[in-house]
Amino acid sequence: MTRISAISKTAKKTATIAAQVTALLLASSMASAQTARDQISIVGSSTVYPFATVVAEKFGQTSKHKTPKIESTGSGGGMKLFCNGVGVEHPDITNSSRRIKKGEFESCAENGVTEIIEVLIGYDGITLSNSIDAELFELTRKDIFLALAKEVPDPDGGDELIENPYVQWFDVNPDLPEIDIEVIGPPPTSGTRDAFVELAMEGGCKSIESIAALKESDSQTFKEVCHTIREDGAFIEAGENDNLIVQKLEANPDALGIFGFSFLEQNSDLVQPSYIDGFEPTFESIADGSYPVSRPLYFYVKKAHVGVIPGIDEFLAEFTSEGAWGEEGYLADKGMIPLGDDIREESAASIAALETMTMD
Amino acid sequence: MNNESQDTSATVSDTTEKVRKSLGKRYAREKRFKLFGVIAIVASLSFLAVLIISITIRGLPAFKQTFLNLDVTLDADTLGVDENPDEDALRKANYNGSIKNSLLALFPDVKKRKDKKALYKFVSTGGQYDLQAMVMADPSLIGQTINVWLPVGDDASGYLRGHIDTSVPEKKRRFKDNQITWIEELKADNKVQTKFNHTFFSRGDSREPEMAGIKGSLFGSILTLMVTLALSFPIAVATAIYLEEFAPKNRWTDIIEVNINNLAAVPSIVFGLLGLAIFINFFNLPRSAPIVGGLVLSLMTLPTIIISARAALKSVPPSIRDAALGLGASNLQVVFHHVLPLAMPGILTGTIIGMAQALGETAPLLMIGMVAFIVDVPTSLTDPATVLPVQIFQWADLPEKGFVEKTSAAIMVLLGFLIAMNAIAVLLRRKFEQKW
Repeated sequence: MTRISAISKTAKKTATIAAQVTALLLASSMASAQTARDQISIVGSSTVYPFATVVAEKFGQTSKHKTPKIESTGSGGGMKLFCNGVGVEHPDITNSSRRIKKGEFESCAENGVTEIIEVLIGYDGITLSNSIDAELFELTRKDIFLALAKEVPDPDGGDELIENPYVQWFDVNPDLPEIDIEVIGPPPTSGTRDAFVELAMEGGCKSIESIAALKESDSQTFKEVCHTIREDGAFIEAGENDNLIVQKLEANPDALGIFGFSFLEQNSDLVQPSYIDGFEPTFESIADGSYPVSRPLYFYVKKAHVGVIPGIDEFLAEFTSEGAWGEEGYLADKGMIPLGDDIREESAASIAALETMTMD
Repeated sequence: MNNESQDTSATVSDTTEKVRKSLGKRYAREKRFKLFGVIAIVASLSFLAVLIISITIRGLPAFKQTFLNLDVTLDADTLGVDENPDEDALRKANYNGSIKNSLLALFPDVKKRKDKKALYKFVSTGGQYDLQAMVMADPSLIGQTINVWLPVGDDASGYLRGHIDTSVPEKKRRFKDNQITWIEELKADNKVQTKFNHTFFSRGDSREPEMAGIKGSLFGSILTLMVTLALSFPIAVATAIYLEEFAPKNRWTDIIEVNINNLAAVPSIVFGLLGLAIFINFFNLPRSAPIVGGLVLSLMTLPTIIISARAALKSVPPSIRDAALGLGASNLQVVFHHVLPLAMPGILTGTIIGMAQALGETAPLLMIGMVAFIVDVPTSLTDPATVLPVQIFQWADLPEKGFVEKTSAAIMVLLGFLIAMNAIAVLLRRKFEQKW
């Protein structure tokens, strides 16, 4: 009996405390229903995320403002949040691993986000690498297309498109080794995959006359042929985690993997990059554009928020300072390929003046 | 008569014979079944052991941190501050410059720009923030030379821990031959030391593995779970009591019951979408805040707690209720004075298991913005925050090698919490459980 009453007492106590806490919570949530925000809110691309976070951290440490909050939502998802409207409940900046699309720009404008500052911050290379113990590949974009597309022109001649018949790299190009085609890459939801398909596959596509001709006559089919990766097991989707791809390459020397340049830099003792169209992906070859598979990295700022959310202008200044995005800056240390000297100087000035973009 | 009895005895002995024959087979079947059971348990235990051992081996180094001893001269010229600097100037001062100078002073022979850059990497970028904190706490340090232990950079600490294979040709290595010579020299001078990694428990997230800590996500998890507990426990227990003790049994309560069971099986990402639509878009609560995370997770844990609470209430024997009613207690008194206290251990166990589930959840938090890079440690329910499992997910995705061990270490912390919570559930049951 005493035991039961003791338990009942505790239970009663717990219930009262719980009720009090609930009441408190509800009150606090009502009170805080967003009136102001003193922290920059950034959303967008997972490719820009590792670079934007470095700047944000430095900014948080060296200014009197809070460290910006950065969500990794992907370029498209970030743009959607960004374009939802002006006001503290919407993000101030969105990162993107491609330029803003016309449709997105228009939907922004419809929601009142008319003044957008566009900042091109640098480039990211996409590499096709294999284990350091394996043979070095020297590929062309055409080889990549032929090895990985779902449908390719009949190797026996004719313009007919047939299901990809190539089993070994040797079949694609006699200069390549006699091992089975096995490429590990990111899933279709990834921006890296989009860029790889657009730059490497489509680039190779264009070098095949019969398909290149399609671009003028039937651009829909052209895109479908060039952008569709084979699904018969030669291309393996490995999820969004680039570290996982590196680990798989280490375990399987016959496989090639697709991932960003910054992962190559960090793992140069485990994997080696294939040459594409005669160029090795290095800092220099990506910067001067000779390595063909690289993409621009952007971020977009809502001008209406500058001055309302404290610190945006200082954050822009930090991002566009030589110490950050310059050739010797800390972003380059993290694997971002900087822009040319004069472009940097020019855009830093226009960003400082808060010049907004237009869409042609 | 006699004939008949003979017949029966014949059939009996026939049956016995049959049974005896099949006996061996049936025993064998039972043995096989037991064997499969043992094999299954051994296999799953060994997988668990492999998992935990590999995580521990990988994660343990993260609890140690390597430091480099430096004499740093904080002269105003290098720092770029004037005589009486204000707080802002102190914050922006060039502490990195002082660190670089003191590194160069250790190795006066290093002249080439490339070599200098390689040398600077010995000290983590976090080192300047440590100096910044010291100087801001005591501005009189400017002009003095102080002896400090600063965290070593990612590559160098990787080398000191033996993560770098020196047999790989230098060109392919991130840690070059000259860096190895320097660090060995420093080691011989006793200027390198490994200490307990306080940073890991006292800081929030960072992009530098040496400076990254779990305090931010740990506090985020705690705040989120507080909200979840405070909301889901009272509501779930009240629901269970009403449904079990007071509600009439009709079609409506049947529908409610079926739907509660259905809710328990809904994929958690759906609750995230719901949270985004209702709490953020409609009620305008802030994104990435523990309050929203807690609300969403309590939606998820409610059905679990309701179901276990109802089961606990049901298991209280009717004789207790009858006795109380017989002594003149009202229905409400019966429930709150007798049934509920007796059912409490079962309810608490269900609650803790529900909380443990909520602690490991990431999917619904993705939708409400809690998958984010957040450096500042959250202090209130509306501060941006992230949670432990999200932190693990984010660290696993970063290129720097130092994050591999941080990831495993964070998994260890999360597992520690889960084990502790489940242990509490077991203890509560042991202590208060009544057997009838």
